[in-house]
Amino acid sequence: MANASACDNPARMNPAKKRQIRLVVALSTAVLLAVALIYTSFSAANDAIEPSQLIENPNGTYDVTGKVAMDSVERSELLRFEITNRDGSDGVPVEYEGQIPDPFREGREVIITGALDDSGTLIAEKDSLVTKCPSKFKEEYGDDPNIEYEE
Amino acid sequence: MNALGAAALGAALLTSIYALVAAVVGARSGDRRWVDSSRRAFYALMALLVLAVISLEAAFLRSDFSVRLVADHSSTTTPTLYKVTAMWGSQAGSLLLWAFVLSIAGSAALFATRHSHREVAPWATAVMAAIATFFVGMMMAGIVFPDAETYPFATFAAGMVPVEGAGLTPLLRHPAMAIHPPMLYSGYVFFTIPFAFAIGALITRRLDASWIRSTRRFALIAWVFLSIGLALGAFWSYAELGWGGYWAWDPVENAALMPWLVGTAFIHSIMVQERRGMLKMWNVSLIVATFALSLLGTFLVRSGVLQSIHAFGESKVGLPLLVLIATVLIGSTLLIISRADSLRSERRIDSLLSREAMFLLNNLLFVGLAVIVFWGTFFPLISEAFTGQESSLAAPWYNRYTTPVGIGLLLLAGVGPLVAWRRVSVSALRRMFALPLAAALAAGVLIVAIGGGGSEPLALALFVAGAFTLAAVGQELWRGTLARRALTGEGFPSSLGGLMSRNRRRYGGYIVHIGIALLLIGIAASSSFQTSRDVRLLPGESATVGDYTVTYVEPTSQAVGSEQKLVFGAVLDVRRDGEQVAVMRPSREYFSSRTADPTAPLRGFFEGEATSEVGRSGGVTRDLWTAMQPDLTSFEPIIEEGDEKFERFAAGIDFDDPAQVQLLANLQGEAILGLGQRYLDETPPADIRFNVNPFVIWVWIGGIVGTLGALFALWPGAESRRRRVGDVYATRLARELRRT
Repeated sequence: MANASACDNPARMNPAKKRQIRLVVALSTAVLLAVALIYTSFSAANDAIEPSQLIENPNGTYDVTGKVAMDSVERSELLRFEITNRDGSDGVPVEYEGQIPDPFREGREVIITGALDDSGTLIAEKDSLVTKCPSKFKEEYGDDPNIEYEE
Repeated sequence: MNALGAAALGAALLTSIYALVAAVVGARSGDRRWVDSSRRAFYALMALLVLAVISLEAAFLRSDFSVRLVADHSSTTTPTLYKVTAMWGSQAGSLLLWAFVLSIAGSAALFATRHSHREVAPWATAVMAAIATFFVGMMMAGIVFPDAETYPFATFAAGMVPVEGAGLTPLLRHPAMAIHPPMLYSGYVFFTIPFAFAIGALITRRLDASWIRSTRRFALIAWVFLSIGLALGAFWSYAELGWGGYWAWDPVENAALMPWLVGTAFIHSIMVQERRGMLKMWNVSLIVATFALSLLGTFLVRSGVLQSIHAFGESKVGLPLLVLIATVLIGSTLLIISRADSLRSERRIDSLLSREAMFLLNNLLFVGLAVIVFWGTFFPLISEAFTGQESSLAAPWYNRYTTPVGIGLLLLAGVGPLVAWRRVSVSALRRMFALPLAAALAAGVLIVAIGGGGSEPLALALFVAGAFTLAAVGQELWRGTLARRALTGEGFPSSLGGLMSRNRRRYGGYIVHIGIALLLIGIAASSSFQTSRDVRLLPGESATVGDYTVTYVEPTSQAVGSEQKLVFGAVLDVRRDGEQVAVMRPSREYFSSRTADPTAPLRGFFEGEATSEVGRSGGVTRDLWTAMQPDLTSFEPIIEEGDEKFERFAAGIDFDDPAQVQLLANLQGEAILGLGQRYLDETPPADIRFNVNPFVIWVWIGGIVGTLGALFALWPGAESRRRRVGDVYATRLARELRRT
């Protein structure tokens, strides 16, 4: 059967050579795709940094992790607040549009994606604000005085 | 009842180990008694796991909080449906679900092959029993390592039983979310069957298409389950989450998409092996990859590895799952390499213009897509490993790659059915492609003429490809029907019905292609031509979004004691050219939950356990979608004041006195009602997101059509009845021959 079908084939090229060429084409396509994936992902990805690092590297888009400064939140069509390092130093003003997570409060830890503009304000991407959970009240039934127990 | 379930699970472990040993002994010695015994042991495993599931579900339904799992994931106020589904909201429960579905699917496969596959089936039994042993063993290991939280029947010591459970996370209280996890898990698990038979075929070198023929139905069932699971997840995201989309390239979504992609490739490429005896090594590799990705899907969701490499160390099920995945991959690869000589193709591809070449191309695109999604999903880990900094990839990165590949696949969904096996002549090509190409051209011209697509070349390309595919599949159905009508003289509808039911697999596949075309068109239209605006409104104020005027008519508020829920909403009047098109009632639901600070009963409502009830007004051409979120900043002082009062009051209360505890609860209830009234009296501004999503309904319609098509292909038709009759004769003949 294999022979019959090879005879049907009006191949001008030696079939083994043809297969080799196909293999080379397929492999180089795969390698190209892989290189493109690696290159674009490293250039498109946002590094996670703190506000102090953002001040040092003002160019580029980052995932900024920090604390919402006290008395800095201002809500209108835009949400404005100041993001600081965890210890409260190095505040950067933020302008954000989009969904505001319910646990968002002053003093909470947040992650927000954006880039600094010329005035040093972090212009955040839409819907990029994430609030970390204030703390995890994992139910430890045995220890929690607020939970009643059956006899 | 709990003891019964615990005993059943313990017995299940012994049974699955026995099934494994008996299957291996039977397979090696060829002794049928061991083989039959292992199969029966697998049936028994199913019975035991059914018992375990029933006993756990009974504990959920009775709110038996002496069972840890029930106390952690359910409560007396949880609605009944969600009591049932709370089982798989937990880690231990989802492991039980895995093993449970595996025992059912495996038993069905073993029952169906009990008279055939005398060499392959014992090894397949061994593989399935090994996997069942792994999952049941992991649950039982939870007895020794209680921190791992894998043992579903763990109980509290007497006197430590809480009177109320923690309840199910409010976000998951949605009908789509209730059945989404079992659908996904069933999808994952059903891929175990073709995997197990592939391994059996490799070990015994029975590498013709017979293992495929007897398990492809299971692969298709797996595909249907996974598709439904993915669609439900997308719908839940659209209807329940406040951001307005249905797909976010979230790792958890990707985890389910990857096995779907490779599984889809498998379902296509096995046809080439059945028909032409080619792609043997490719097919066993694909099913190994699909199964490994199914395990990976379970692993990604359960291990928390994607939050960070470091979170992985904290998860107790991550490492065993990873070891299983590695074992599957390494073991299968070695096996495939050692059987390479038996995996040679019987033929070669004659022409690049043939159905088999199209299948191959389709496979490369599907696998390429899976590689892209895989890379993106694991990129945070990769970058953390290489650069020390965790960074993530967002939707635009995914879209850049997936859109062109998606367009290519959509085109192939139309080209494939047009191209014959082996090779096509140029004249046939011209004849087959004329109409679909004309349709594609017409669609392109029409879309550009009405002003759509100019700014979105990729969307335009996708519409054109969609039109091509719909026309191509339509043409195939049309020509087939005409031919059959000429042959039988029946009317058009019965000719079409007869044509399709004669070859359910083929025409079911065409229906799936139609569904996928509709789905992709819906995705392209709704994501490229969406109008979205965030506005901040007070009652009485209006805003313009696209062609629509949205007016915040009045606030609404509701407190539901039984669910510990406080609802703040808005009534929106939506007009177009002064004419009312919809009244929408989006709202935000706040839940009191025990995961919040228990000393702050009021603040506990507003600490993140909130869900959006989306307002939707659907149509054939567009969906109006709106979500709202009140700005409760002005409520904060009084919430804080209220909580302080509670704390002072609670300090002086005797918790042993039910009357005083009741008083405290009543006060909390009144305070909540007070907040609701305040919301109506001094309504704060609401942040309202209003989206006009064109053609989004076609995403759901496409999903439903695709699923129905797959079910049509699955339904036992004339061919399989014929084959079954043939099987019976073959078995009888074999028996007679043995006797002589």
